[in-house]
Amino acid sequence: MTPLAGYLLLSAFLFAIGLAGALTRRNAIIVLIGIELMLNAANLNFIAFWRYGANPEALTGIMFVIFAIAVAAAEAAVGLALIIAIYRHYKTTNVDEVNILKG
Amino acid sequence: MTLPFAIIAVLIVAAASAAMTLRNLVHSALAVAVAFGGLALAYLYLDAQFVGLAQILVYVGAVAILIVFAVLLTRGGEAPEKSIFSATWFWGLLITVAVFATLAWCVMHSFASKREPADKVEVTVKQIGDALMTKFVLPLEVIGLLLTAALIGAVIIAMREEKK
Repeated sequence: MTPLAGYLLLSAFLFAIGLAGALTRRNAIIVLIGIELMLNAANLNFIAFWRYGANPEALTGIMFVIFAIAVAAAEAAVGLALIIAIYRHYKTTNVDEVNILKG
Repeated sequence: MTLPFAIIAVLIVAAASAAMTLRNLVHSALAVAVAFGGLALAYLYLDAQFVGLAQILVYVGAVAILIVFAVLLTRGGEAPEKSIFSATWFWGLLITVAVFATLAWCVMHSFASKREPADKVEVTVKQIGDALMTKFVLPLEVIGLLLTAALIGAVIIAMREEKK
């Protein structure tokens, strides 16, 4: 089997890809996709730690991931609704053009 | 490192990178669906069958479709004329590299990284259901309330405003 470090590095790299997308892209939908990728990287860590941990019968990692998936789904629904509302108001989904609060 | 893990890792990283760099938003949405599918494979490979199938159901089935609908509703499918990256992309990339370097350094220097897995674990859906109904019943109720509130909120936010 792959040592735990393999999964942790894969998860860290996936988190970095998501963070890069969220920080460098202009489109709000891509920013949201980047956030989803970061949440998924955290879930991969939970599953890897659960599988390699001392007491897998406790199911703690699996339960945490199930609840995290539910929270991420709620986050995606609200986030995309916000993007649609912003598009209706500003006729754009680029995050740097929605700058009415900028000082 | 084993061959299945290498294939899954390459699939996830390639699909996620494509999702973050492609110009066309529809292509990005499809690439991210592939990345979610790759993560489901990783969960299945780690003996977490229930989570793997839940991942396919929720992410590939629901979240990817939701993203495609948002792209359609915001006319994002048209390729933008201007740059797809924001003006401050350099700082974003710098922060990303710093974060990844920190995480990778921590992982490589952690004593936990060298752990070998326990013997094959069998987790049945019955066990998960039992745990959800006994030990984790309060979080389950809270999640139900949260999902209801989030869906009602999403509908209200996205609802067309009444003309005054």
